[in-house]
Amino acid sequence: MDKLKIKTEKLNAWFYDKQVLFDIDMNVYENKVTAIIGPSGCGKSTFIRNFNRMHETVPGAKADGKIILDGKDIFNKKYDAVDLRRDVGMVFQKPTPFPTMTVYDNVAAGIKLYSRNSHSKLDEIVERSLRQAALWDEVRDVLNQPGMSLSGGQQQRLCIARALAIQPKVILLDEPCSALDPISTAKIEELIHELKKDYTIVMVTHNMQQAARVADYTAFFLLGEMVEFDITTKIFTNPSDKRTEDYITGRFG
Amino acid sequence: MENNTQIQSKVRRIKEQIFLIAVFLCAVIAVIPLFSVIGYVFVKGIGAIDFNFFTQLPAPVGETGGGMGNAVVGTFILVVLSCLLGLPIGIFGGIWLAQFGGGKRGFMIRYAADVLSSIPSIVIGIFAYVLIVTTMKRFSAIAGGFALGIIMIPTVTRTTEEMIKMIPRSLYEAGLALGIPEWRVTLSIVFRTAWNGVFTGIMLSVSRIMGETAPLLFTAFNSMYWNFSIDQPMSSMTVQIYNYAISPFAEWHAKAWAGSLTLVALVLGITLLVRKFSKRVRYG
Ligand SMILES: Nc1ncnc2c1ncn2[C@@H]1O[C@H](COP(=O)(O)OP(=O)(O)O)[C@@H](O)[C@H]1O
Ligand SMILES: [Mg+2]
Repeated sequence: MDKLKIKTEKLNAWFYDKQVLFDIDMNVYENKVTAIIGPSGCGKSTFIRNFNRMHETVPGAKADGKIILDGKDIFNKKYDAVDLRRDVGMVFQKPTPFPTMTVYDNVAAGIKLYSRNSHSKLDEIVERSLRQAALWDEVRDVLNQPGMSLSGGQQQRLCIARALAIQPKVILLDEPCSALDPISTAKIEELIHELKKDYTIVMVTHNMQQAARVADYTAFFLLGEMVEFDITTKIFTNPSDKRTEDYITGRFG
Repeated sequence: MENNTQIQSKVRRIKEQIFLIAVFLCAVIAVIPLFSVIGYVFVKGIGAIDFNFFTQLPAPVGETGGGMGNAVVGTFILVVLSCLLGLPIGIFGGIWLAQFGGGKRGFMIRYAADVLSSIPSIVIGIFAYVLIVTTMKRFSAIAGGFALGIIMIPTVTRTTEEMIKMIPRSLYEAGLALGIPEWRVTLSIVFRTAWNGVFTGIMLSVSRIMGETAPLLFTAFNSMYWNFSIDQPMSSMTVQIYNYAISPFAEWHAKAWAGSLTLVALVLGITLLVRKFSKRVRYG
């Protein structure tokens, strides 16, 4: 039996008066990849942006319900958002290296800008994170070049390395490959496969083949509701909901 | 034989030509003042500029030589003083407006900044005079720097705000998502990325206050001596130019031209450098 890492209970979310998520109950299991699929605008991003409380930073955004991470409710006022984000890292759709920073400083940013303590092991952490992100060999000689000078695919892996450097428990990936070419996409998929040994991964994708290739569990969202959640093979071979079947067979979306 | 349509289209082409020439002439006329001012100041001023001009004190009437070294230094001291006041308030004000200025308070502060920037600088000089000169009971560099600093605040505030707003929100979110505290994301990531643009704004503002005369006339006043104490009257290039220019002596008129040339060269130099520098700005 897989170990439960995150559990959402009756999660609802709004932008101003418009409700975009409706009573979502979902489980995320430790050291597994969970994919969220569904047509664009169905609330996938909003859903995972609640896991690190990025949702609440947007003007007009609200949420209620529960998200239990390792037994603790992250919406509890005592759970500091900064602490939560050290446990739950995120990589966005568009690569976002910090433009003023070198490759090295991009990876170190989450450590250097977090506390003033001297960071004796910084070199080690940067190298380890870049290796984990399968980027070390490509950038070891350009660590002092601007992060923006890398290619798009490299920038995205730089962002992954940056998220890994703070050693989160969970990594959220919001369509991490949608701005990338097929070769970079393949590299990142391979990487996700490696990373799940050490991390729990929740990934949004609107590419169903990608979900089928990398995810252990898959949730199908439609119009702010979770239609179906199951083991990936089950979702793709024998879905129990008609709407899921219609979606994966390409009848809409 | 030309028929009617041919004639019409010919007329139209001629009209178009005339219009283009007229527009071009207007453009030329618009830049004539710029080049004639620069050219005239250069021709009149270059003769009186030598090394002594930048190192010596003004010479008394009737004596030859002398310079306005104290005024050049004074202008720099006044600029530094005004930056001490104008930059922190302007920069933090701009950051606040960009990050939290969406509501009513933001609107009011933005409005106040715009009104402040449209107040004639001499009025700000009077304000500094009443507030500082009459309290200290003497003219001082502090009063001058205060007046110029106030003039800087709205421009620095608004450029800082505009530059920060050009930084995509995704960068701010990326910082927050790393578990970096919000104030640190704002300063070390968002503001840092906007810095090139903010710096451009600051330098343009500096070059503007360097050319201010009116608010200095009754604040920093003037001095014919070297002065490095900021609680004393202090000479500045603009006020010195003004005094030389309204004097009846040809010697002093030459010095006024030389001072003008120095000032124009400085301001122009800053503006051109900054424009070149700001081309390299790149965002995420
Ligand atoms: N910042 C926002 N302000 C208002 N509405 C938003 C905002 N972001 C997303 N929405 C709306 O919320 C719904 C869900 O969006 P999102 O979670 O981004 O969907 P997905 O990631 O599945 O494409 C959409 O209808 C979208 O228009
Ligand atoms: Mg999305």
